[in-house]
Amino acid sequence: MTAEEILNSLKAKFGDAVVESKLDAPQPWIVINPARMKDIALFLRDDPATQFDYMMCLSGVDYNNGKLGIVYHLFSMVHRHKIVLKAFCTKEQPHIQSVSSVWATANWHEREAFDMYGIVLDEHPDLRRILLPYDWEGHPLRKDYKVPEFYNGMKVPY
Amino acid sequence: MGLLDQRFENGNVFVTSLENLLNWARLSSLYQMQFGLACCAIEMMAASASDFDIMRFGIIPRATPRQADVMFVAGTVTLKMASRIKRLYDQMAEPRYIISMGSCANCGGPYWEHGYHVLKGVDRVIPVDVFVPGCPPRPEALLEGIIKLQEKVRKESLVKKSA
Repeated sequence: MTAEEILNSLKAKFGDAVVESKLDAPQPWIVINPARMKDIALFLRDDPATQFDYMMCLSGVDYNNGKLGIVYHLFSMVHRHKIVLKAFCTKEQPHIQSVSSVWATANWHEREAFDMYGIVLDEHPDLRRILLPYDWEGHPLRKDYKVPEFYNGMKVPY
Repeated sequence: MGLLDQRFENGNVFVTSLENLLNWARLSSLYQMQFGLACCAIEMMAASASDFDIMRFGIIPRATPRQADVMFVAGTVTLKMASRIKRLYDQMAEPRYIISMGSCANCGGPYWEHGYHVLKGVDRVIPVDVFVPGCPPRPEALLEGIIKLQEKVRKESLVKKSA
């Protein structure tokens, strides 16, 4: 399927949950309502026409304008096609629906997005920090993150 | 001394001071704590392999800090790892020595400015005897560091020097 066909099938099924799209990008992307992420992921995985059975990557992003987001790169082993999904949220309300029940790979990826950007993945089975120590304060890949002076009595800046 | 020398000249006996004997024993069998943190560990492994053969200096890897004399901090020390390193150091029996290997362990290396998670020099948590520069240092550089440490051990004294 082309990106346009995927977009049309999503629009036909979910209507206004599809917010925005850019199909002439090198990797065509579709913006999804963050509260409908799981249903759309499940549909893309199970629909015989799309069959996105492989989530290649899930990345957190800070757009540096108060907006956070998660970018999903999907691939279908059956149809050999790709699509990029995006879901945006704000720093005040950093909530996006988890897709770890759809692709098990997403579990750790989403924990990393939570660890680094503080994006709360709703319905995630085990949303803990994955890389940083549990007692770490803040989410260091946010653009407004300030490096602490001390961590557990160890001086951090050079 | 003349009398002793003549008496023991042809036997398997030699005369030395206790200090020299202990220092010689120590520097000839510096057991290494077997752990690596980043790419420097690859060079450390190369130093242990047959091309460079770290064992000819008496360095044998041990899997527990309680049997080790020297710790090579080989790689980037993250803040999360720093408290573990401190604990491993505390578990080593004295006399214990630290070789800080590579720029990351020495001063933070490429993470000195933007590495929010990197300890800028392992000497902030444990006392370091020898710093080996390089990114990563070649095995020869690590061997140089070991020889420097051996020189340091050779000069040790049983008697505490008064200030």
